[in-house]
Amino acid sequence: MLDQVPYQAAWAIFLLPLFSFVIISFLLRPFFNHQPKLSGQVTMAAIGLSFLLSVWVLWSVITQGALSIPEVTWVVIGDTTIKLGLMVDPLAAVMLIIVTLVSLMIQIYSQAYMDKDPGYCRYFAFMSLFTGSMLGLVLADNLVQLYVFWELVGLCSYLLIGFWFYRPAAAAAAKKAFIVTRVGDFGFLVAILFLYSRTGTFDIATLHHLAVAGVLSGTALTWAAIGIFAGAVGKSAQFPLHTWLPDAMEGPTPVSALIHAATMVAAGVFLVARLFPLFAHSPQAMTTVAIIGGFTAIFAASMGLVMNDVKRVLAYSTISQLGYMMLGLGAFGLAPAIFHLFNHAFFKALLFLGAGSVSHTTGTFDMREMGGLGKAMPWTYATFLIASLSIAGIWPLSGFWSKDEILTSAWGEQRIMFYLAMITVFMTAFYMFRVLFLTFGGEYRGGQHAHLHESPKVMVVPMVVLSILAVGSGWLNITGRFGHFLGEGAIGGWEHIFTIFAHPLPWISLIVAILGILLAYMMYSTKRLSAQAIGQRFSPFYTLFSKKYWFDELYEQIFVVRILVDGLFRVLHLFDSRAVDGAVNGMAEGTIAAGSCIRKAQTGQLQLYGLAIIIGVIIITGSFLGIHFWGG
Amino acid sequence: MNYYLLAPEICLLCTAFVVVLADLFLQQKRILAAVGIVGLVVSMGLSLSLWGNGGETLFDGMLAVDEFALFFKLFFSVAAILVILASTDYVLRFPRFQGEYYALVLLSTLGMMLMAATRELISIYIALELTSISLYVLVGFLKDPKSTEAGLKYLLLGAVASAVLLYGMALVFGFSGQTHLEAIATSIEAQLVGRAWDNPGLLLGLILLVAGLGFKIAAVPFQMWAPDVYEGAPTPITAYLSVASKAAGFAVILNVFLIAFGTDLCFDWAMIFAVLSAISMTLGNVVAISQTNIKRMLAYSSIAHAGYLMIGLAAVTKATSVADFGPTGLIFFLLSYAVTNLGAFIAIIAISDKIDSDLIDDYSGMGRRAPLLALALTVCLVSLTGLPPTAGFLAKLYIFNAAVHHGLTWLMIVAVINTVISAYYYFRVAKTMWLGAPISEQGIPSSRPLRAGLSIACLGILVIFFMPGPFLNIAQTVVGALP
Repeated sequence: MLDQVPYQAAWAIFLLPLFSFVIISFLLRPFFNHQPKLSGQVTMAAIGLSFLLSVWVLWSVITQGALSIPEVTWVVIGDTTIKLGLMVDPLAAVMLIIVTLVSLMIQIYSQAYMDKDPGYCRYFAFMSLFTGSMLGLVLADNLVQLYVFWELVGLCSYLLIGFWFYRPAAAAAAKKAFIVTRVGDFGFLVAILFLYSRTGTFDIATLHHLAVAGVLSGTALTWAAIGIFAGAVGKSAQFPLHTWLPDAMEGPTPVSALIHAATMVAAGVFLVARLFPLFAHSPQAMTTVAIIGGFTAIFAASMGLVMNDVKRVLAYSTISQLGYMMLGLGAFGLAPAIFHLFNHAFFKALLFLGAGSVSHTTGTFDMREMGGLGKAMPWTYATFLIASLSIAGIWPLSGFWSKDEILTSAWGEQRIMFYLAMITVFMTAFYMFRVLFLTFGGEYRGGQHAHLHESPKVMVVPMVVLSILAVGSGWLNITGRFGHFLGEGAIGGWEHIFTIFAHPLPWISLIVAILGILLAYMMYSTKRLSAQAIGQRFSPFYTLFSKKYWFDELYEQIFVVRILVDGLFRVLHLFDSRAVDGAVNGMAEGTIAAGSCIRKAQTGQLQLYGLAIIIGVIIITGSFLGIHFWGG
Repeated sequence: MNYYLLAPEICLLCTAFVVVLADLFLQQKRILAAVGIVGLVVSMGLSLSLWGNGGETLFDGMLAVDEFALFFKLFFSVAAILVILASTDYVLRFPRFQGEYYALVLLSTLGMMLMAATRELISIYIALELTSISLYVLVGFLKDPKSTEAGLKYLLLGAVASAVLLYGMALVFGFSGQTHLEAIATSIEAQLVGRAWDNPGLLLGLILLVAGLGFKIAAVPFQMWAPDVYEGAPTPITAYLSVASKAAGFAVILNVFLIAFGTDLCFDWAMIFAVLSAISMTLGNVVAISQTNIKRMLAYSSIAHAGYLMIGLAAVTKATSVADFGPTGLIFFLLSYAVTNLGAFIAIIAISDKIDSDLIDDYSGMGRRAPLLALALTVCLVSLTGLPPTAGFLAKLYIFNAAVHHGLTWLMIVAVINTVISAYYYFRVAKTMWLGAPISEQGIPSSRPLRAGLSIACLGILVIFFMPGPFLNIAQTVVGALP
């Protein structure tokens, strides 16, 4: 048996991609710009090495338990010392594998996908930074360190969503992602400071102990947990902060794959899992997480039913699947949710890479201009089919296993959520196969002269690897080993792969999923049912879904009201410009309106300025006297 | 008397004279900047040699030479060095008056050094005037309408503020019969009955001192001068005003309020500063959003930062100690703010000097025209916002923590909301630079001194983040040195 892995390896895991970022931006980009391929290779090498080290770390954690890593003192605040340290427990070890493996596949794929893009170097620099930040987040052992990487992950997604910044839509989407997630981050930051003021520590392990020991309890714990959850809601695009993720499609497709599978949105679920003891000891917080998650699952899936853009369907499906994970966390515990995160990472990355591969040939993401691609792109078709079956929850693919665990726990804990989740299963199967039939089935609808071809090997190979994982990753928990590793449940036998059907629940979910597939088959493949006719029959729903419940507009309205308060004259202007991303612009405009009012006071009149000093003195004195007479 | 204790100041005074004299004979005016920097470096060396001498005083306790005073001497010297580096190109706008310019910068630095070191009301006032008068002239140095207007405004309003300050000092003297800060403290302790409002004369004096010094640090509602003056002044002087002059104001506030009023009165003035802090950061940040001129935007940002800094004055308790980390946080915040803001201004000087515009819209596409300058400015903006991995993040973390520690949770929440608002306008500049279309393809060449200054600032931002330990230790030593 090998000895425990040296702790330097854990540091290297997240430092390597950061190092690659530094090398690309400060060495390759300025001095070796004529050899852009180098930057891609450096990134692959760094992340590949991180992956190998992650495997080693995982092995070590499995055989010898959590690693203990010496801490370095970073900053001393009063009597509190913030240390730099790493926390390598089973949860972190699993996340490391997810992040490095998915990221590595995506980097390989990007070599071809981003070929000839003028921003090739910049792309890989940001990708390295993105991966490195996410790894740092996963390994952080205290809240301050975690928050630093949390913000870095947000910054990187801003940079990458806005990668093609010369497209106005991309720039707007990047801004929206950044600002909407910051709303949640605000809650997170307040929760961190609140926890610190209560406990005097930032250390995650200590906080776990305090929550378990009951030192931290009651309303205080609930508020802290809810604040933390607000951060997770923003990052994981849960209702009501979900609006940024569908717009984030404006980035390059591999970036979407990384955001959706392993980094940005996974960070939210990871955060709740990392601080799970805090949630577990507050029933109210647990219920909140479960309800928000369950609601988001069905809410997002309903919008996915009617989108015409492949990536938008996938985006809503991500929001919906993350909702499942939150439901799993809130209803039962850590293991089912992380297991679903683990499986989801592979099939969702695969779906995005498939979508990217399709658009590589057709030049579009609009499904109305696709069709019949199955013949021209057999590999893409086959892998996309596997991923769709997996996400729909068909036995024995990976999605089935983790979804079943969440459904089972929801049945036991949150019955209403269970029914919602069941409807979501139906919707998920339907919209995924709608995409599949519209894209790969039928005849090509995108014009006569298109030269359709399979993508290059560099893109196909990562897809094949991921499809193997999309089939098999779910088997890791058939014996309960995965859950046991994360500290929950017992280890059973392999016969569970069949005996699972002794219970009626798996049957029901399987049948519901197959019904969804059948409906999609009849509507979009055999055309026995007319999609138009159904759309018209249910036109109120259709409009509701396709307008995304008017959420973008709603946010606009909220802030318009604010503007009414702040400055009436701005309102007319806003109605005129009718900003699409109202939430963002609305907030800015409202504050600008307030600013303009104050700016009027800044007239440049010297007397007024002088007077202001005296008035200030009078007001301060006055308020003192006021306190004295009425309050003191 | 040990004159060696005055060596840093004497050295600086001599350097100022040498610069004026050399200006008469030298053709190559760049040497003047070098002379100034050498003088400052020597003065820094002298200050360092005095570090750890156990806190001696001069002139019957008027002037202290302890870690607090020495720290600010070093602080102002570094700021002045960066400002001189940033000025080397800018002075070509008034080639005949370079000697006066550098000499005045050095003299105002001298004034600031004395401001931080004096422990007696009258000498505080004199030091403050030495600083201010040099700065009035420097603000109007460009002699164009805008600069002249700014200079005049600063002079007149500065005079009002001085009058207010003097009146406050007079009232405090009237109450205590003392001008030495420590003697005032003893006298107040002996005479004070009840809370502050039971002693109206002293209370009014206190408030007038807040107003007069609030003017120096550009705290709301004494900030009205700042945007106009910042916009009109030569940009290096704007940088100097926003960093060194503000720091000098805080040094005096720390001196006066912690030493003279550090007793029961602190409940009252801490409350004043808490409220002013909340108002300053909110007003500064909200108005900054609608600015189109980058210098004006940074003026409002500096008003907002006065607000963040005042959290350190709000979070104090009766017996000042190192564990009382409001003032420590203030010193640490000042350090981080100084490198960040100076860096931002140096980058702006480098860019604006070449494109001849201070409008944010004209910075469009700077990421492609001058990638390194844009990168440096972005780092500074990130630090001003207070995001990792920069000094600004740690500074905010520390000072917000101080607020929570002292039960000022509401102030912390206001500050965090403000940080979110400020992200909008700082990032708008970054967005314009990186995502906007360039107005022309012309590159932006920058001179070596500017690049050196900018590198020092950016390095400082990162070093403070990654190795905050020594800086926090210094901040603690500095606060601990106050009697």
